[in-house]
Amino acid sequence: MTATLQNIPAKGESVLRLSGISKNFGAVSALTDIDLDVKAGEVVALVGDNGAGKSTLVKVLAGVHQASSGTIEFCGEQVTLDSPAKALDLGIATVFQDLALCENLDVVANLFLGHEMSPWALDEVAMEVRAWTLLRELAARIPSVREPIASLSGGQRQTVAIARSLLLNPRLIMLDEPTAALGVAQTAEVLNLIERVRDRGLGVIIISHNMEDVRAVADRIVVLRLGRNNGIFTPDSSSQELVSAITGATDNSVSRRADRKSGHVQESTGGTA
Amino acid sequence: MSQNPSNKSMPTLDRSDERVRHDDSLSAMAKGFIDRVRSGDLGMLPVAVGLVVISIVFSALNPIFLAPNNLVNLLFDCATVGVISLGIVCVLVLGEIDLSVGSMSGLASALVGVIWVNMGWPVAGAIIVALVVGAGVGMLYAMLYNRLGMPSFVATLAGLLALLGLQLYLLGPTGSINLPYASPLVRFGQILIMPDWLSYTLALVPGLVMIGRGLRTRTQRLAANLSAQPMRALILKAVVLTVVLEAAVFYLNLGRGIPWMFALFIALAVILNYALTRTKWGRSMFAVGGNKEAARRSGINVRRIYMSAFMLCSTLAALGGILSASRLASSSQQAGTGDVNLNAIAAAVIGGTSLFGGRGSAYSALLGIIVIQAISNGLTLLNLSSSLRYMITGGVLAIAVIVDSLARRSRVSHGRA
Repeated sequence: MTATLQNIPAKGESVLRLSGISKNFGAVSALTDIDLDVKAGEVVALVGDNGAGKSTLVKVLAGVHQASSGTIEFCGEQVTLDSPAKALDLGIATVFQDLALCENLDVVANLFLGHEMSPWALDEVAMEVRAWTLLRELAARIPSVREPIASLSGGQRQTVAIARSLLLNPRLIMLDEPTAALGVAQTAEVLNLIERVRDRGLGVIIISHNMEDVRAVADRIVVLRLGRNNGIFTPDSSSQELVSAITGATDNSVSRRADRKSGHVQESTGGTA
Repeated sequence: MSQNPSNKSMPTLDRSDERVRHDDSLSAMAKGFIDRVRSGDLGMLPVAVGLVVISIVFSALNPIFLAPNNLVNLLFDCATVGVISLGIVCVLVLGEIDLSVGSMSGLASALVGVIWVNMGWPVAGAIIVALVVGAGVGMLYAMLYNRLGMPSFVATLAGLLALLGLQLYLLGPTGSINLPYASPLVRFGQILIMPDWLSYTLALVPGLVMIGRGLRTRTQRLAANLSAQPMRALILKAVVLTVVLEAAVFYLNLGRGIPWMFALFIALAVILNYALTRTKWGRSMFAVGGNKEAARRSGINVRRIYMSAFMLCSTLAALGGILSASRLASSSQQAGTGDVNLNAIAAAVIGGTSLFGGRGSAYSALLGIIVIQAISNGLTLLNLSSSLRYMITGGVLAIAVIVDSLARRSRVSHGRA
C-alpha cells in the first residue's frame, strides 16, 4: 500500500494531462480537442449538459473507449489506455455511471473482481475482512457482504462501486455521478471521502449535475459543451456564469425560467399593491 | 462505529447489521433452506426429487434396475457423457453453448481408432492427438466468437456438421474400427474396478476434507472477528455425507464395485469444482457470465476467459469420446451421434447450471448425468424402442429447462439474480 503511495507525484504536480483528445463514433464527434489537467491533491469537477461528452471522456480515461486522437500524459509519462486493465494497473480507478457490477456475484467478489487475493486458492477470509473495513470507512450500510449484488438497493450498489475503486490505492480516481442514487448522509460521506482522498494526494475527477456538491468539493470546475472545452471556473464563480457556460448562452432556458419566475413574483406583488 | 452503546458484547464484523437474519440453529437452517427454494434457488433439489421418482418408477417396473451390478453399469455409462457434460458446464456458466460436443466426441473416438489401430501408433499418442484436436476446435470456436462476434450457437452448430463429416471421412467406407479387446484402454472402459478397500477409504475423504477445511476456515474467521459456521452443523453435514457415500460404496461393492472410469470422472469434477469456486479463473468465469462488460471494466481479459472455456469444453468432449470408444471397444460412425449432445447439455441443466449464464457448478454435471443415465438405463431395461426413449428423454430435457426458466424468474423477483 505504501509502496504505491510513494510513487504518487507530490502535491501540486500534474497527475494527468490531456491535450487535444478527440473521440468519434462514426460521423458523430463526441469529443473534440479536449484539454484537461489534473494535479495531485486536486478535485476537478467536470460539468456539462446531457450529451456534453463527460461520460465519454471518463470512458476514454478508463480504457473502455480509445481516443481517436490526442495525447494522454499520466504522472509525467505519455501513455496509451488501450484496455480497462491497463488503466487500472496505471492507477486510474473509475466509478462508472452504470456502476458495472456483476449482479450474480456477492459484494466481496465484486469488490475484488479481477484483483483477487491469492489467485490459486482465493483467500475469502482476508477479502471479507478487507471488504468490511473498506465499507466501514465509507460508513456504508451494507447488511451482508455475502449476498449477491442483485439483492442490494441502488444506493448500496453505488457504495459498493465506490468502495471498489478505492481498493487498489489508485493515483487518480474518477467518479461519474457518484451521488446520484445516494441519501443525504451517504452523499455527505462521499463528499468527505473525496476530500480525504484529495488530502492523501490523489487526483480526483468528479462528474455531477448537482452544482451544490460540485461547489462543495471542487478546486476547479471544467465545463464541457457539445464535446468541447467551454471554460474553467473556480468554485467562487457565480451560478449564472456556470449555467451560461454549460448551456452556451447568457440567454438560456435556465435564465429565462428564472426571469419568468421573478417577473411572475413582481407581477403578483404588483397586483396586490 | 460505536453508535450502539446498548450492545454490550461487540458483534462480529459481519453481524453488526440488525436487519439480517442469521440462521444459526438447525431449525433456522431448515427454514433458510425452504426460503431459498421458494425464491428460486433450487440447488440440488430437482436432482434429488428426480432420482427418487426414477428409482421408484423403474424398480416397480423392473426390479433389476436397482440391482448392484446394473448400477455399476450405470456408472460406466455416466462417466463417458458426464465428462462431456463437465465441459458443457464451463460454456454454460459464460451464458454460451457448445452444440458440437457430440460430434467432437465422435471425432475423437474415430481419431483414436484410426491413429492407434490403423496407423499403429502407441495408444497414448493417439489419445494425445485426439485431445489436442479437441483443444484446437475449441480454440477455433473462441476465435470465431472473439474476433468475428459469431454467436457460439451458430458456430458450434456449424461445427456439429463439419466435425461429423470429418469423423465419417476418417472412418472411411468400413465405417467402424474395432479396438483390441485386451488393450488397457478397453479394459479401462469395461472391466477395471477399484479394489473394495480403496473405495471404502476414498469414500471417507470428502467428509474428512469437509471437516478439515471447515475447521480451518472457522479458526481463520474467528481470528478475524467474523462469524463462523457452528460446529454442530459442520459435523452433522460431514457425518451425513460420509454415511451416504459409504452406504453407496457398500451397495455397489455387493456387485462388481466402483469402476476406475467413474473415479476418473469424479476426480475431474472435483478439480473443475475447485477451479470454478476457489480460483481467480473461476471467479472471472462467473463474472463474465453475469455481466460481460462489468467484467471487462474490472480488468478481466474477457477474450481469454472465452478461449479457456471453449477449449476446455471441446477437450473434455474429446476425452468423453475416447472414454466411450473404450467402453464400446470400437470407433464407429454412430459414436457421438443421437442423444449424446443433448444428454450432456441436459445433465448440466438438470443439475442446476443455468442456460442463462452466471450460475452453475461442476457437481451439477455429476448429479445431472446420473439422472439422465438412470432414465436411459431404465428405459433400456424395459426394452423400449429408441423412438420412445428419444421422446421421453426429450420431455425430461424440456422439463429441466422449464424448471430453470421458472427458477430464474423467481430469483429475479426475489432479488437473488
